[in-house]
Amino acid sequence: MGTSDSDELSTDEMSLDDEEVENNGKKADLFDSTDDESINLTEKKGIKNTTENTIVMRSERLEAKQKHDAALAEAELQANMKQTEMFVLPSGQEGEDEQTTTDLQVVHQRIQNIIRTLNNFKELGDHERGRAEYISQLTKDVAIYYGYSEFMAEKLFHLFSAIEFFEANEVARPVTIRTNTIRTRRRDLAQALVNRGVNLEPIGKWSKVGLTVFDSSVPIGATPEYLAGHYILQSASSFLPVMALAPQENEKILDMAAAPGGKTAYISALMKNSGMIFANDASKDRLKALVANIHRLGVRNSVVCNYDGREFPGVIGGFDRVLLDAPCSGTGVISKDPGVKINKTEKDFMILPHLQKQLILAAIDSVDAKSPTGGYIVYSTCSVTIEENEQVVFYALKKRPNVKLVSTGLEFGREGFTKYRGKIFSPALSLTRRYYPHVHNMDGFFVAKFKKLSNKIPSTSTAKIIAESELWIKVDNSGDAGQLMKERKEIFTRLMMP
Amino acid sequence: MRRATSVGRDRLISLGVCFGKFTKTRKFKLHITALDYLAQYAKHKVWIKPNGEMSFLYGNHVLKAHIGRITEDTPEHQGVVIYSMADVPLGFGVTARNTIDIRKLQPTDIVVFHQADVGEYLRDEDSMF
Repeated sequence: MGTSDSDELSTDEMSLDDEEVENNGKKADLFDSTDDESINLTEKKGIKNTTENTIVMRSERLEAKQKHDAALAEAELQANMKQTEMFVLPSGQEGEDEQTTTDLQVVHQRIQNIIRTLNNFKELGDHERGRAEYISQLTKDVAIYYGYSEFMAEKLFHLFSAIEFFEANEVARPVTIRTNTIRTRRRDLAQALVNRGVNLEPIGKWSKVGLTVFDSSVPIGATPEYLAGHYILQSASSFLPVMALAPQENEKILDMAAAPGGKTAYISALMKNSGMIFANDASKDRLKALVANIHRLGVRNSVVCNYDGREFPGVIGGFDRVLLDAPCSGTGVISKDPGVKINKTEKDFMILPHLQKQLILAAIDSVDAKSPTGGYIVYSTCSVTIEENEQVVFYALKKRPNVKLVSTGLEFGREGFTKYRGKIFSPALSLTRRYYPHVHNMDGFFVAKFKKLSNKIPSTSTAKIIAESELWIKVDNSGDAGQLMKERKEIFTRLMMP
Repeated sequence: MRRATSVGRDRLISLGVCFGKFTKTRKFKLHITALDYLAQYAKHKVWIKPNGEMSFLYGNHVLKAHIGRITEDTPEHQGVVIYSMADVPLGFGVTARNTIDIRKLQPTDIVVFHQADVGEYLRDEDSMF
C-alpha cells in the first residue's frame, strides 16, 4: 500500500481501508506502521509537487484524518478485545440506573453481548454471578428494547430463549389469501389476480388453496374477485386447524368460536356445501362480519347462532366434528396486535386458560363418539404460551378419559411440549403441533386433535367441574356468570341422569 | 335445517342463505345475497367491460359505454343479472331500455338501473342483516 506507486492519495487510502477489513485483528499495529508510511508518502509527494500547494494541503488534511481514523480504530479494537474477553454485567445498582436510560442502542448492544456470553458461558461468563442473573438482565433489556411489559417478556423468553421470536414479532407476516373453492379454482383465481397486477405465489406445498401476496397495484380487499367471494384474506395459520379437522361431506359440524368466519367458510368449502355447520360466537357484533363473509363466499349450509360456547351441548349436541378455535391472549399474533406486549397481565393468564378449559370440555361433550365418520375435536389457539395450550389439552385428557389425542395430520410444525419447567404432561402431547413466527413465518399457533371414544361422561369429574365453575364466578363477579352457572348446573344434572 | 329449531329465536342469527327482507309496506326486497340463485336461473343477462366493473361495484348505474354484451330481446324494465366479462356475477338491476333501443343511445346514457351489487358486502356490512 505505502509502497504502491499510485499517484492518487485517495486510492491509496481506499486500499488501506480494504486491508483494514481483512486484517481486523491486527488493526492497531497496521495503523501505526501505515501512519508513518503515509507520512513518508506525503513527504515524497510534497517534494514532487512543491509548486502545487493545494495538494500538499490536501495531503496534510488527509494525514490528519488518517491519524484520527487510526485512533478511532484502536479504540474500537480495544473495545472489541474487552468483549471477547468478557462482558461485564452491570451490577445491581448499576442495573437500576440503566433502567432509566432509554438509549436503545446501548440496550441493544447489551442484549447482543449477553446472548454471546450465554452461548459460551463456560469461557465468557462470570461464574460468581451465575446464568440466572444474566438472563434476568436480558429479559429486562428485551422488555425495554422491544417494548414489552416485563411480565410478558419474561413469559415469552422462558418459552423460547430465542431473541428471534421477538425480532420476528416486529416484522409483519406476508399477506395470504385463501381460494374459495366453492366459487373458483386456485389457478383461475391466480390468473385473474395476476391480470389485475397482483404479484403472488402458492403459499407452500402443504396447502392447495393458499396464495401469498407479495405486492399489489390494487387494493387486495376490494377487487371484483374479492367482492364476488372468490377468495378471502386469511392468515396461513388459520388454515391449519381446519386442515386438522378434515371435515367430510354430509357431516354435522360445530365451529364454537367462529367469527369472523374464515375458518367456517373453509370448512364449508371442504364439505362442498353439504351437511351442515353450526357457526357460533359469543359476540353479536363480530357475528355481523361472519354473516356477511359467509354470504359473500357462498356458504349455504350454515346456521349462525350467538351463544356462549360453554352452553353447548345444552343448545344442541351430537356433532360429528367440533372446531374450537379458542379465545386467547394472542401471543402468537403480536406482529398484528402489538397491544398484547403490554396489556396482558398475570390475571389474563389465569382467566383465559380457565375459560379455555371450560370450552374444551363443552366441545368434547358436544361430539357424538358413535358418528361413523367423525367423533373428532380440534382445539387451536393463536397463542404460544403453555398455559393456554398444553395445559388445557392435558386438563381435558385428565377430565375426559373418553378422549385421546390423535395426530393432527399436518406435515410440519414443532411438536408440543411434553414437559415444561418442571411440569410433566402426557407424552401423547407430542402429537400436538406448534407454529412459530420466527420458524415458520406465520402467526404463532397451536393445534391439537382429539378423538372421542365413548359418549359416557365420567360422573366424578362433573362435580369437580361445577366446583371449578363456582371458582370461576369468584373470579368474575358479573351477574352473567351466575346465570350461566345455573344453566350449566342444569345441564350437568340432566347429563348425570341415566 | 330443521335441526336449527333447538336454537333460541333471539340467539339465532342466520340460517342458510338470506334472500331479502320485507319492507314496511309488505313488499319483498331482494338482497345481494340472493345473487347466487338469481344468477343460476337468470333469463336475461348483461355483461359489463372491465373498465365499468368498479363503477358498478361502487353502486352506480350501468352506462352504455360499459356494456360488453347483453342478451338479445331483453325488454324494457326487465330485471337482469349483471356479470363481468369473465362471467362472474356482480349484481342485478333493471333495464332502462330494450335491446334494440340501447343501440341508439349515447355512450353516457344509463342502460341498467342499479339494484344491488357485491360491493354492498363492504359498504353495508353492518346494516345488511
